[in-house]
Amino acid sequence: MFEKIWNNHVIHSEEGKPSILYIDLHLVHEVTSPQAFEGLRMTGRKVRRPDLTFATMDHNVPTKDRFNISDPISKQQIDTLTANATEFGVKLYDLNTIDQGVVHVMGPELGLTHPGKTIVCGDSHTSTHGAFGALAFGIGTSEVEHVLATQCLQQSKAKTMKVNFIGKRPAGITAKDLILGLIAKYGTDFATGYVIEYTGEAITGLTMEERMTVCNMSIEGGARAGLIAPDETTFNYLRGREYAPQGEDFDRAVEQWKALATDEGAVYDAEVDLDVASLVPQVTWGTSPGMGTGITSIVPYPDQLPTENERKAAEKALEYMDLAPGTPMSEIPIDYVFIGSCTNGRIEDLRAAASVAKGYTVSPNVTAIVVPGSGRVKIQAEKEGLDKIFTAAGFEWREAGCSMCLAMNPDVLQPGQRCASTSNRNFEGRQGRGGRTHLVSPEMAAAAAIKGKFTDVRNWEFKSEVTA
Amino acid sequence: MQPFIKSTGLVAPVDRVNVDTDAIIPKQFLKRIERSGFGQFLFFEWRFDEQGNTIPSFNLNKPRYQGASILLSRANFGCGSSREHAPWAILDYGFNVIIAPSYADIFYNNCFKNGILPIKLTEEQVDDLFKRTESSEGYKLTVDLENKVITDDQGLNIPFELDEHRRQFLLQGLDDIGLTLQHADEIAAYEAKNEKRLANVF
Repeated sequence: MFEKIWNNHVIHSEEGKPSILYIDLHLVHEVTSPQAFEGLRMTGRKVRRPDLTFATMDHNVPTKDRFNISDPISKQQIDTLTANATEFGVKLYDLNTIDQGVVHVMGPELGLTHPGKTIVCGDSHTSTHGAFGALAFGIGTSEVEHVLATQCLQQSKAKTMKVNFIGKRPAGITAKDLILGLIAKYGTDFATGYVIEYTGEAITGLTMEERMTVCNMSIEGGARAGLIAPDETTFNYLRGREYAPQGEDFDRAVEQWKALATDEGAVYDAEVDLDVASLVPQVTWGTSPGMGTGITSIVPYPDQLPTENERKAAEKALEYMDLAPGTPMSEIPIDYVFIGSCTNGRIEDLRAAASVAKGYTVSPNVTAIVVPGSGRVKIQAEKEGLDKIFTAAGFEWREAGCSMCLAMNPDVLQPGQRCASTSNRNFEGRQGRGGRTHLVSPEMAAAAAIKGKFTDVRNWEFKSEVTA
Repeated sequence: MQPFIKSTGLVAPVDRVNVDTDAIIPKQFLKRIERSGFGQFLFFEWRFDEQGNTIPSFNLNKPRYQGASILLSRANFGCGSSREHAPWAILDYGFNVIIAPSYADIFYNNCFKNGILPIKLTEEQVDDLFKRTESSEGYKLTVDLENKVITDDQGLNIPFELDEHRRQFLLQGLDDIGLTLQHADEIAAYEAKNEKRLANVF
């Protein structure tokens, strides 16, 4: 599949040099673009294809009182994007539109993400769009400028890796657990230099939104991108969306998209397996997404790890996380819960969290916030009454944005606070200086909010079904 | 971009695996709209405590490593976010060479766009350089990109590998947007051929 998309987009290749690859869709946000637009101005260049370039603001956006940005530098960055979009003729979904949201939630919602496209954005979680069978990857600001100016990138061809999810997904195991389990097993750089293709019945059985959760964290395994073959689930998701092909064009597109799947017997450069049947809900204990384990397990003993570097890293991580080796994961108390982000801020994520929260009350020691991934997710959730379920349980219901995934906006952990987070990175200081992040699924986060500590959501007593 | 040909400098060790771009430059400093001035924020939360005081135990704060231009670290350096503010901060602080066993893809790529040379050596070679750096104050290395070799004044001689295109790119300080635009005709031809698809018509 990677090979086919790659070959469809190579404009020029020469022995010993990177190929020039055409980019079908360029998504832009406020943090990694100002210097790129400035570069265009300095060199007198224009945006080559404004019609293939879409912008939104997400990283800096406050989730309370969003039009009143108190940080003047945040405000300047957002205003700069507005000015650049106007100057260069780029379509911008700003805070006044319902489409504004986390860029990787917004793109698929608008139907911009199609199978077979090449998609880039100045954001590492661009890998999310691979869920549709698109070749999608994050780039730096120099490359943002490159794509703005040329609609192309110079790229060396990545190697291919097949990830086999073996077995049926047990009840209570989410897409987040699949990807956290994979990274816990193989580490944060097992896929460096590769484009991953996720396969197996546990993958084909996922909804589109669940597939996005898996592909989103490909980068946390080091991969350049993650891919899932497009199928009826993909086509049904796309049909009728604003930027999807319409009418008969859609049917013809589907025929082309079906041909993207990897041919029978194709050889990958590497293959790894993960046994899905034995997975339990995952919780990270350290400061790297690979430092994770099951809820039924314990905080590991660093001295039992295989290499010196791993031992040192685990010791540093446990010191930062203030955790003692041997502590059961289910006995770690938390102060904060964040439900949202490009990993888990979609409507299905909010439904899943709400089904756990319904009829319960957030532990008195916990602050819990729910941040929809986009304006559209927020409206849909409100239509379904999810906001009422959350607020009745003591969760705060916020406006769309990246929020506490990286805490560039006012949603920040205080030093020492411990957070159950549905986001993608548990690096030191990621959610605020001295803040301690544990990555979990939306269900596990909601359950932790209520219990005040991590708990195995497979044993949860659901008070009643949430109807969609 | 400044060409990189040969450089001699003091080596500063940051002995951690998986140094992520949030550690290299925390998010509160990503709000600037310029490319310059990020060096003061490099490894901010490792260099300064919550009150803004210097943390003396962190290597970059030690007098012996002041003025270093070669950063020595461990595997998977630069993992995490795609923020180019990370190489901007590294360069602005004064480093133009990084030596580590491996790098995250996007960070590695970003380095070349900014005239930073990220060198990959084996774990054993990196271990040896950590020992040499820590045991001898003022330890310097010379990185010669023309001959792809690292030397010191005690006779050390480590050849390193680098993709030839990337090497030429740094040696000549090329503008890669300009290089791509040399293929403007091919880009236009591709667009003409794919016009319908790009307009959502199939």
